[in-house]
Amino acid sequence: MLSLVIFLPLAAALVLAVVPGIPDAVARWAWVAVTAVEVVLVAVLWAGFERPGDGGVAFEEQVAWIPTVGSSYHVGVDGLSLPLLALTAVVFLACAVHAVAERDRPRPQSALFLFLQTSCLGVFAAQDLILFFLFFDLSIVGMYFVIAGWGHGNAAASALKFFLYTFLGSLALLLGFIGLYLFSEPRTFDMVELAESAPLDGNPVAGGFVLGAILLGLAIKTPTFPFHTWLPPAHTDAPAIGSAVLAGILLKLGTYGFVRIAMPMLPAAWRDWAWVIVVVGIVSVLYGALVALAQTDLKRMIAYTSVNHMGYVVLAVGAAGVAGGTDTQARELAVTGALTQMVSHGLITAALFLLAGVLRARAGTYHMSAFGGLASVAPRFAVLFAVGAFASLGLPGFSGFIAEFQIFAGAIGAVPWTALALPGILLTAALFLLATQRLLTGEVREKAVGFTDLRASEVLSIGPLLLLSLLIGVFPRPLLELIEPAAAVVVDLVGR
Amino acid sequence: MSALLWTLVGLPALAGTLLCLGGRRLTRIAAPLSVTVVALITVLSVLAAVRRPALELPFITGAGFGLAVDPLSAVVLPTVALVALLVLVFASTRDIAGEVSPPTRFHGLMLIFVAAVVVTVTATTLPALLFAWEVMGAMSYALIGFRRQDQDRVSAGLTAFLTTRTADLGLYGATAAALAAGTGAAFVELPAAEEGWRHVIAAGVLLAALGKAAQLPFSFWLSRAMEGPSPVSALLHSAAMVAMGGYLLLRVAPLLQVTGWAGAVTAWVGVLTALVLGVVALAQKDLKQLLAASTAAQLGFVVLGAGLGAVAGGTAHLIAHAATKALLFLVAGAWLSALGTKKLRALRGAARRWPLVGVAFTLGALSLAGVAPLALWSTKDAVLAAAREASPGLYVIGLIASALSAAYAGKALVIVWRRPRPATSLNYDTEEQGSRRIGLWEEIPLLVLAAGATVLGVLALPPVGTTLRVFLGDEGSSTASWWELVLSAVLALAVLLLVARVGVPEPRWAARWFGLERAAHVLVVAPVLSLARALARFDDHVVDRGLLHGAALVARTARGAAHVDDTHVDRAVTATSRGTSAAAVALERADTGGIDAVVRAVGRGARRLGALARRPQTGQVHQYYAQAAVFLAAALILLLLVR
Repeated sequence: MLSLVIFLPLAAALVLAVVPGIPDAVARWAWVAVTAVEVVLVAVLWAGFERPGDGGVAFEEQVAWIPTVGSSYHVGVDGLSLPLLALTAVVFLACAVHAVAERDRPRPQSALFLFLQTSCLGVFAAQDLILFFLFFDLSIVGMYFVIAGWGHGNAAASALKFFLYTFLGSLALLLGFIGLYLFSEPRTFDMVELAESAPLDGNPVAGGFVLGAILLGLAIKTPTFPFHTWLPPAHTDAPAIGSAVLAGILLKLGTYGFVRIAMPMLPAAWRDWAWVIVVVGIVSVLYGALVALAQTDLKRMIAYTSVNHMGYVVLAVGAAGVAGGTDTQARELAVTGALTQMVSHGLITAALFLLAGVLRARAGTYHMSAFGGLASVAPRFAVLFAVGAFASLGLPGFSGFIAEFQIFAGAIGAVPWTALALPGILLTAALFLLATQRLLTGEVREKAVGFTDLRASEVLSIGPLLLLSLLIGVFPRPLLELIEPAAAVVVDLVGR
Repeated sequence: MSALLWTLVGLPALAGTLLCLGGRRLTRIAAPLSVTVVALITVLSVLAAVRRPALELPFITGAGFGLAVDPLSAVVLPTVALVALLVLVFASTRDIAGEVSPPTRFHGLMLIFVAAVVVTVTATTLPALLFAWEVMGAMSYALIGFRRQDQDRVSAGLTAFLTTRTADLGLYGATAAALAAGTGAAFVELPAAEEGWRHVIAAGVLLAALGKAAQLPFSFWLSRAMEGPSPVSALLHSAAMVAMGGYLLLRVAPLLQVTGWAGAVTAWVGVLTALVLGVVALAQKDLKQLLAASTAAQLGFVVLGAGLGAVAGGTAHLIAHAATKALLFLVAGAWLSALGTKKLRALRGAARRWPLVGVAFTLGALSLAGVAPLALWSTKDAVLAAAREASPGLYVIGLIASALSAAYAGKALVIVWRRPRPATSLNYDTEEQGSRRIGLWEEIPLLVLAAGATVLGVLALPPVGTTLRVFLGDEGSSTASWWELVLSAVLALAVLLLVARVGVPEPRWAARWFGLERAAHVLVVAPVLSLARALARFDDHVVDRGLLHGAALVARTARGAAHVDDTHVDRAVTATSRGTSAAAVALERADTGGIDAVVRAVGRGARRLGALARRPQTGQVHQYYAQAAVFLAAALILLLLVR
């Protein structure tokens, strides 16, 4: 069942890529259909999900693959990965719906996105480090082609920068994985076993080294300060749906790695270096927000807010590991908040990037100063953008509040000086309200004149993302009940 | 029972969302729907005040989402609901429609606001409070900047939201501290929190409440908020949202008392705000600005009461002020829509033109002035009685502040009753086109509120006042003795007479709210924006370039390595290959020609490798990255060796 969820998009991608003469319209709708089926399948997984025993996974599938190095095709889900699988399915469906009206090489685009979907689902389901790494790298390759092939502006250079930078990160990650392998006894790449045995716990030097490599790889992917500079150009030049996937899903591969790999497999090293992670988190929160505040290009601004939002995640997972104190509840709250933030940021930022893409599709620019008074000419755009902006600044009633509230409540409880990051939520409020004001209010001017309001495909792709954020914001329990036990396991593992 | 609370919150929230998203199709039903919903809410809130429902939902670990109607909310909830109803009736009339068009968005936002207020008033835990607290702020933002084609108004909303959210950070901190302290996030448990955390909780809650209540030094946002429509000012910026700052402090009064310092700080901030903003009100030339400054000043008395633990007095003042100030703001709105101005100079004689409205305004202004037996006279004295007991300083400043209320209320009152000059009408229609008309349905809400502004003083006088004190569990705090009541009534009358006879000083240095907004701009906003721009440049030129420099460093290292490679390794390889060749020649003699060919090939290969090693010095960034990858591979080998 789980393998079907992972590989169905790939199978569809192959059909689209290989079978000649598929008309564009068929390719588009096939893409929508497959992603819709994926959403249904993940919903079935969610409905049938039963909490596995501590450290175990549900829907487990394991097939021998490279037995000589102790690597197998091993997939499974738990409370950490299921929300992200669901997020992936939803964001890719939104992209497929959004692209229904696009005319630029639909067939290869559909195939590429379906391929990308398999690689993202694979990362979240993988329970083997080699498998994880494989999917992780494939996602980079897929996104490279998305930006280079369908981007605009300086797309080739941005795509190359993205590829080389994140590929470098993935190599660091591989180095760390091999380190884990070399110290495991018996040698294995199996993630469940590695989390159980924590092979480097008795060896602070090697543990620090391996953690450093893994953290470097994840920090580049997340991205945190100072490894974030690939992100703004990649977003600025990527197509709208590419940005949505990049920000909505690919960034989560980095933060997911913290809770899935770094914390459970290297608990002692994590505790030793947790304060560094907290500092990086706080700096990312404030730095990302401040730099975003100074941007005049909407897409660059949203890109920098991703640095800010992912900074909260890093801050939370760091605080959950800082040694001393027995406040388990605060740590669990922080980790739950971090996971909620991943889902929340995926939904909201994907919606915002799709909206930013609408600006470019209509007016050819992301420059906020070129617009004004959009509320009068494009009321649907205005409502969705305003809702997206308020959701992203963490207004209660949306998922972002649930996430950031838990992160702060937990992190401050565990490490009081994480309160230093609190002004981040004020800065994001300022920058999103300023952007809203520049774009939507005032006299209708320049590029806003004659601006066509959102089409049905755009409303139907962006609206549900924000609606989900609203649902989580008002009724967080279904999501939290899934995440909380898994977060408790992570905190338990890192506290060993 | 909890169905009642669900309805109280859910009904306006759903109806409001429907109106906000429904667009033009719902224009006709917007006003009837919102008035009906809020009328229902008013009835249900009275029912809730009697039946006292409670609700506790799981929210996040360790902190539930608790709502309940307790004695304090049983008093405040129906008041706020009724004021909201009257304001919405007023806003639905034809003459006001222009100011609040499109009605779908206006009524939608107001209904969501009402839902948030219901949660704020009934919240029993910090997360529930924070949730609604920030939604109120967002609705305030959207309603102040309601006419969004006007950038100034939108900026005013931005100022209001950012200022109050700055203070709200305190609530985030307080909630985190409450969870960390292990006592849970319920209000009733906060005073029992562990000593260290308790100070953090009290400070955080205090900060958030002072921001919302427009107390010093946050008061300036309320001045900008006056750019919103008058019904918004009447509900959000007098009776409901701003008042919620005072309400929160009344709710956590036991916590403030137990910390030792927070009660005193609260009291002093409150009384100083009453004094300073009283002076500001005196200096205003715009009726809404005068009323705004007065709102901050009057809430100063509520805050003073909360700081001293005089919960009954503070609550009575809160309720009496809600009726009084909503009335005054609505009258200002009625005049604005009729005459197109809210400048005091242009409102000369406005009360004569519409006597019923004029009488309503008079009752409100006299209540504000503290004239006996109107509402704010006795409620303010209930707070001042507690101040007298606590500290003579607080009492004296409080008395001066109440004299100031009489002065600014008198100033407005005198001007609207003076005979208009011929030139007065020249100043009409300066802000919008007036209709010269005030309809019946505009007047009815005014009369209801005027009745409240007249009689609500009983809340602080026996026997009703005594009942309220018992009801709120505040029997202990002192009551105003007869001489205090007489003294303040005489003081108010004397000041009013003085104002009518002599006029009032209008200190120009206070006209711009003591430059509070300018100070916030110079001290906070401008530096943050500069820092943001500097960091953005830093990001482009240093962090991103630094990456390139890092790559260049790798390249230089590689170049150095290539040099070493050329000068030493390559030579050595060449020498070796020569030596090998020589050996091969020797061996060839031994007739083993096959080996020779192999060795030559090795030599050639080595030379080629040397040339290859020179190639990294290309200056191509992506190749430097590739070299970095090689470096990582080397690190891997190191790791293997360590192992």
